[in-house]
Amino acid sequence: MEKRFVYADNAATTRVTKNVLDVMLPYFTEGYGNASSIYQLGMDAAKAVLAAREKVAAALGAKVNEIYFTAGGSESDNWAIKGAAELGAKKGKKHIITTAIEHHAVLHTCEYLEKHGFEVTYLPVDEYGRVTAQQVADAIREDTCLVTIMFANNEIGTIMPIPEIGAVCKEKKVMFHTDAVQAVGHVEIDVKAMDIDMLSLSGHKIHAPKGIGALYMRNGIALPNLIAGGAQERGKRAGTENVPGIVGLAEAITTACADIPEKTVRISALRDKLIEGILKIPQTRLNGDAKQRLAGNVNVSIRGIEGESLLLMLDLNGICASSGSACTSGSLDPSHVLLAIGLPHEIAHGSLRLSLGEDATEEDVDYILSVLPGIVARLRSMSPLWERVCKNENLNPDGTPKA
Amino acid sequence: MIYSEKVMDHFANPRNVGEIENADGIGEVGNAKCGDIMKMYLKIDNGIITDAKFKTFGCGAAVATSSMATELIKGKPVEDAVKLTNKAVIEALDGLPPAKLHCSVLAEQATKAALADYYRKNGIDPEPILGKFADCEDCENCGV
Repeated sequence: MEKRFVYADNAATTRVTKNVLDVMLPYFTEGYGNASSIYQLGMDAAKAVLAAREKVAAALGAKVNEIYFTAGGSESDNWAIKGAAELGAKKGKKHIITTAIEHHAVLHTCEYLEKHGFEVTYLPVDEYGRVTAQQVADAIREDTCLVTIMFANNEIGTIMPIPEIGAVCKEKKVMFHTDAVQAVGHVEIDVKAMDIDMLSLSGHKIHAPKGIGALYMRNGIALPNLIAGGAQERGKRAGTENVPGIVGLAEAITTACADIPEKTVRISALRDKLIEGILKIPQTRLNGDAKQRLAGNVNVSIRGIEGESLLLMLDLNGICASSGSACTSGSLDPSHVLLAIGLPHEIAHGSLRLSLGEDATEEDVDYILSVLPGIVARLRSMSPLWERVCKNENLNPDGTPKA
Repeated sequence: MIYSEKVMDHFANPRNVGEIENADGIGEVGNAKCGDIMKMYLKIDNGIITDAKFKTFGCGAAVATSSMATELIKGKPVEDAVKLTNKAVIEALDGLPPAKLHCSVLAEQATKAALADYYRKNGIDPEPILGKFADCEDCENCGV
């Protein structure tokens, strides 16, 4: 096939779509007022922020005064977790429950709290990356102040049983936060029906710009203020509102949530075709759950090769993807998610994540499948690890068993 | 993270990939757990490295440093190859990102491991010549 550009890293970030950019642009050059100002220009900005808050609330089944705009998913996670910890500590509750496969925004926040006298339970996941509500129920103690479990995993796409976990937390009266950065706009979410107390989301994963996000905080929860200063975000997160970003986020989330069922059918069909095609390469495996999976997520391990080399080769062929290999993390350890689902280091190093967006096409999938086997063969041919695998397991150089 | 054009060139078009049959020296360093394995083959005639080939499992920098190391020692007397440093490999590649410096160390070690094998095959103790170069197992980053 002819070389083409395929952006298959939508779980990393997305492009800002034209409809989002169009609603944002006027707030840079014309509607640039400060939403706190009293004159018309300021009031217009305040109205835009309010309308945006309504849209974000509607997308989640929340009330308008339960949405707080932040600078992104990491900030929302930090606020929710550190805030809930502070509230818990006041009542002598210093135990937090999370999972082993959370995003670093959650894991590193939990590790920070451990250094400050909190105890954290990291629930193990099964081979598909799932935890059960029963595991959560069993882990909850008298002194548990927070359960924080991601809605869907950013690497392997596994969707957690959030409504069941929410029900357990409600029954046990423990606050429940979910990092839904990967799920919003891809999975239907109703914070009330799912008993979610707090939810983090990010704009740039759903075609809004980078640097805007939100935290849903159920009425009745009064997290400590995140940023002291002016009265913005009900006094909880001071700082002049990022009006264009907020307006863009509202447009993006409305668009993303408008057609989730249809979108899921279309994208997951492409995803499954891609998975099926990749698994035809011998000595490969799918990571994550085949069904309880984000529609656009493909994560595979390819034995005998290293992820970063694979990404560079894909890039030379016009394909943008990501990997859980150590080399992309800046440490020598591969992805904590892949290790948590039980992969040995050498298999985890050879992982590949492709995340398809709304505009992915059959041609994109065909192109990836036309390019990947050749790249794998080339990298395997120069890999001493692959040579060893073939020798030890009596395989042909292409990975098929010797007759 | 940014790779220099030289690194990308040596990654995309690696020089001297492969094996040498009946090599005079073979060295392998690294391990699968850390995500890098380099294996180097040397053909040595009358004290001159007439051919050098490598196979590498690892990231872009690991491939590029292996490729560059073979280029730097090919055609050279063994005594010169003994002096190959990771710094020379880095400089020849116009630099490496900080997180990738260990790849250049591996390339140096792979070269030295192959030379050590050559010396041993010729009944010479390599340690006085090569010194005791760090082994992968000595690396504190990895708990193997």
